[in-house]
Amino acid sequence: MTTIEEFDKHPLSRYVRVERFPHIWCEGCGNGVILNCFVKALDDLNMDMNRLVVVSGIGCIGRIAGYIKCDSFHTTHGRPIALATGIKLANPRLAIAVISGDGDLFAIGGNHFIHAARRNIDMTVICSNNFNYGMTGGQFGPTTPLGSYTTTTPYGNIEHPFNLVHLAAASGAVYVARWTALHVKRLTASIKKALQKKGFKFIEVVSPCPEIYGRRNKLGRAVDVMKQYRQTSEIRHGYDPSKAEITQEKIIVGEFVDIEKPTYAELLQKQFFKVQKKLKEG
Amino acid sequence: MEKERTVLSGVHFMNGDDACAEGAIAAGCRFFAGYPITPATEIAERMARRLIEIGGTYVQMEDELASMAAIIGASWAGAKSMTATSGPGFSLMQENIGLAVMTETPCVVVDIMRGSPSTGQPTEGAQQDVMQSKWGSHGDYEIIALAPASVQEMFDLTIECFNLAETYRVPTFLLADGFTGHLWERVVIPQPEKIKIIERKKPSVPPEEYLPFKPDKDLVPPMACFGEGYQVHVTGLTHDERGYPKTVDPKIQHELVWRLREKIMKNSGNIIRTHEFMLEDAKVAVVAYGIPSRASMNAVKMARKAGIKAGLLRLSTVWPFPEKQVEELSNRVKALVVPEMNLGQVVREVERAAKETPVHFLPKIGGELHSPSEILEVVRRAAKA
Repeated sequence: MTTIEEFDKHPLSRYVRVERFPHIWCEGCGNGVILNCFVKALDDLNMDMNRLVVVSGIGCIGRIAGYIKCDSFHTTHGRPIALATGIKLANPRLAIAVISGDGDLFAIGGNHFIHAARRNIDMTVICSNNFNYGMTGGQFGPTTPLGSYTTTTPYGNIEHPFNLVHLAAASGAVYVARWTALHVKRLTASIKKALQKKGFKFIEVVSPCPEIYGRRNKLGRAVDVMKQYRQTSEIRHGYDPSKAEITQEKIIVGEFVDIEKPTYAELLQKQFFKVQKKLKEG
Repeated sequence: MEKERTVLSGVHFMNGDDACAEGAIAAGCRFFAGYPITPATEIAERMARRLIEIGGTYVQMEDELASMAAIIGASWAGAKSMTATSGPGFSLMQENIGLAVMTETPCVVVDIMRGSPSTGQPTEGAQQDVMQSKWGSHGDYEIIALAPASVQEMFDLTIECFNLAETYRVPTFLLADGFTGHLWERVVIPQPEKIKIIERKKPSVPPEEYLPFKPDKDLVPPMACFGEGYQVHVTGLTHDERGYPKTVDPKIQHELVWRLREKIMKNSGNIIRTHEFMLEDAKVAVVAYGIPSRASMNAVKMARKAGIKAGLLRLSTVWPFPEKQVEELSNRVKALVVPEMNLGQVVREVERAAKETPVHFLPKIGGELHSPSEILEVVRRAAKA
């Protein structure tokens, strides 16, 4: 096993709590890729780690908040966006990244997602979409494809999955992108772009779960899933997110939305000055 | 910010909800997240109007789950934060109240209690959430809950809630009945320098020496907030003094959960506030909190006129329960009388503390207040028995 001293030698180790390694994720899990891309983006941006807050929910990826060396909050299930809203509005100088899973953000936390996007709260939301609840042993969730097998869909899933990029765009996100765990450079670039942009930004990362979801659906080893990503993904920037449903045959990836819109904090600031002016005038 | 706009010093005629909002502002609350609900809406409305005037933030969330989460986030970002709700919303908040307990987040939750269960009686006052405020979230924990009995106390005790929340790093509740929330009365708001304000304890060591969940002697750890350079990790999982998850070590769970309890119980002498009225020579004592304590005071006066040695112990603090005070009182009276606007919540605590001394219970639900004469009737019976 890799020792802490060896972790410490990694060029990006200053961004992580090395004493907490090894992480809890399974071999071949996409969450390690997301962690890598995220800290690479921080390094490229020379991010002030005293100004960044990482907030996560519950699930495998939820542990990421505890691995990144900055102020961080591992919240209750489904609530990271709501809690992050409080952090951001109470101290708008802080940069907020919410990193969580498909179940956390879109089942139990779905309401918070759409409303934070609607309000255009300034935060970057990264979703590790592995199509199931991995931490509890592989139950179906809001993104599980029709027909897939999980412990709670033993005869196949009969629920229609969310198309997350469509949901994010329709809810008002100013930046919406999707990549797979294979697209490390493009994902890193996307995270950098999102961290520099104001407003509610959403990045979906299609992520392999070979040990749990993959095993039940006979998707092979992680490397087989990565090969499948290469064969089925197609980069289409500016593509209509409503048509970007993930299917067995095709995963449309790219930047779907990149627009400008005043953030909640900006509108609040504007209103504050208006109110102050009015008060002074009596 | 101009002081006179922050603290509205002077004499006012206002309702309980508005007085609560002004108390919060005077205490330094600069973040409010909430969701409209009768009979607590006026608090949100006043905060929406007032906070922006003084540079604070009002945000209306999508539900009470989010409201509670947002005030926890705001508190970690350094703000004194509050939400206000009533029964149905209070139920939704329980999840993150547990998170606030576990992460030792100072914050204030106002519950303007209405008739329940479920949607119940939105416009009628009640005291049916007292046990919920203590036991509503899963697990073993202690919180602080104060019960105002007047509009003046809606102001005063809201300030006290913030001071206690900041001192003990615990979610603190203002448990008011809907009648007190909607009551209009005279309120005196003091000059700002006359108002005692307590701020949370900050670390005195540099980040590399700081252990975010290592308590001081008072069992409360100093709190570094986000953006202050301490790079704190906060989790609802059982954690060690560094804040790192340690979920299968019985010792860590034991130490943490006991400390969360003990920081309140060991300091309960400094937290608990009770008020005595005509108790010196009393043979029958009424124990009351919130709006029924006012009818109780009248009942005591009426009893005295009728030659019955009655008195009143009014509880400003409901949790931690003033066990010693009630026990001590029960040793020197013949009987206790407890009027409550529920089917029996605080009375159970009174019975436990009173041991052998008989406790006469006077429940009342539905939206009617106890009348002094019906409390007197029970006092009379208790005196004769």
